Amino acid sequence: MLDVSKIRSQFPILSRRVNGQNLVYFDNGATTQKPQIVIDAESKYYANQNSNVHRGVHFLSGLATDKFEESRSTIQNFIGAKHKHEIIFTKGTTDSINLVANGFKTFLNKGDEIIISEQEHHSNIVPWQICCEQSGSNLKVIPILDNGEMDMDFFYNLLSENTKLVAVSHISNALGTINNIEKIIEKSHSVGAKVLIDGAQAASHISLNMQKLDADFYCFSAHKMFGPTGVGILYGKEDILNSLPPYQSGGEMIKEVSFSGTTYADLPHKFEAGTPNISGVVAFKSAIDFISNLEVNKIAKYEAELLQYATSELLKIEGVRIYGTSKKKSAIISFNLEGLHPYDIGMIVDKMGIAIRTGQHCAQPIMERFNIPGTVRISLAVYNTKEEIDLCINAIKKAKIMLS
Amino acid sequence: MHTIIEIQKEIIDDFAMFDDWIQKYEHLIDLGKELSPIDQKYKISENLIKGCQSRVWLHAEYVEGKIIYTADSDAVMTKGIVAILINVLSGQNPSEIATAKLGFINEIGLKEQLSPTRANGLVSMIKQMKLYAIAFSKQQ
Repeated sequence: MLDVSKIRSQFPILSRRVNGQNLVYFDNGATTQKPQIVIDAESKYYANQNSNVHRGVHFLSGLATDKFEESRSTIQNFIGAKHKHEIIFTKGTTDSINLVANGFKTFLNKGDEIIISEQEHHSNIVPWQICCEQSGSNLKVIPILDNGEMDMDFFYNLLSENTKLVAVSHISNALGTINNIEKIIEKSHSVGAKVLIDGAQAASHISLNMQKLDADFYCFSAHKMFGPTGVGILYGKEDILNSLPPYQSGGEMIKEVSFSGTTYADLPHKFEAGTPNISGVVAFKSAIDFISNLEVNKIAKYEAELLQYATSELLKIEGVRIYGTSKKKSAIISFNLEGLHPYDIGMIVDKMGIAIRTGQHCAQPIMERFNIPGTVRISLAVYNTKEEIDLCINAIKKAKIMLS
Repeated sequence: MHTIIEIQKEIIDDFAMFDDWIQKYEHLIDLGKELSPIDQKYKISENLIKGCQSRVWLHAEYVEGKIIYTADSDAVMTKGIVAILINVLSGQNPSEIATAKLGFINEIGLKEQLSPTRANGLVSMIKQMKLYAIAFSKQQ
């Protein structure tokens, strides 16, 4: 059993007040709060270790490089990657996807196909639209069913020898669906297509093992897993990353530069041009340590309990409709109250100290699919409690009374 | 007809009676519900204000030297704020609207709802109302 009050005590922001009320933070799908050890790691880096990485011969440069690379090793272990150099530091999931999309277009010919799903975040839609536009390939979309799951039969029919890449989310940010990516990867590989998984909503909620999963690319963000903003990971299989052309160019990513031609550095540096977010990367290690100490499976179990409780309490309110009712769900609940606009609900519960997200969640195709202007979204994390869910439910009831 | 400054003063006085946010919000909701409906033919995508989390339609007509605004929104709180803006600006002449300083927003404690960094796009609404005023003032 997790000691949730002890976990909460490690997050200073959770004890602050908002609009005169104790903060209830239920917008973890957007970003999570940070534990003291992550905050300390950033500040300790600047106070004691700051220098540029991979360059200088002096003591501090060596120290900063060690810390930076230690973080890479920690992430490698955390996601079960075969090689350390398969871990590329980026700015975030969006940046990771753009890196792949930008390079992958050079592999594509007219008539080739990329498959995404209707469920994707805009950051796993738009890069592929651009990639297809620039390479003359076609974008195919897996529709979602009423319960928020992908239509797998439709997907199997889409797959063909023209399919070069399948890019789907592990967990839907707007619906919470945990997708059957194992099956998607297996089927995609059977036609020779590569697979990219957007793991932004999954990385601290589901235990990951890249070697077992066999995804070709897996992308996630530090800030959605208790780490700093501006740091993301692109995991890619060694051989594919080697064949993928560089994304950004400049310092750090080269082997030799001359005006007759430049050779690129080996992995991972080929994709890490310029000075990276060193403090963020170093602090990300503390976030991973925090998660590992709690154990992802225990986090998942606790979050599943919260999800079940929040769902059943919410459904007691008359007129609630939940979008995303898959059996396999992460602790994300998207809902509307009959006749009420999500924005109105969000505005009122905010005054009661409840932070929830309203709107389209960067997933307009889903909103179109359900023909709604948006939803109210509760997204839970390991530091949330049933008492907080009660406060949120009461706030929603209050909003309903005020608005009806 | 009261001037823009006089109407703002009245609104500030109205809101001063409320002790807490609940009363303020309930007042906004009431104003939203009472807002005169927009003619359905103006609820078209060309009249949508961009940048709002909720949809806001705004229509302006130039009648005998005055601008008459009508609007609607699918969110009632937004509609309430829209109603206040219409109360202040509708029926005034274009040059007064174009140069109006809307100081009441800060004073009634709705600054957070109207701050340019918020995702509600109501600043866009004020901007659009003023753009209509500038356009009509050139017809004068």
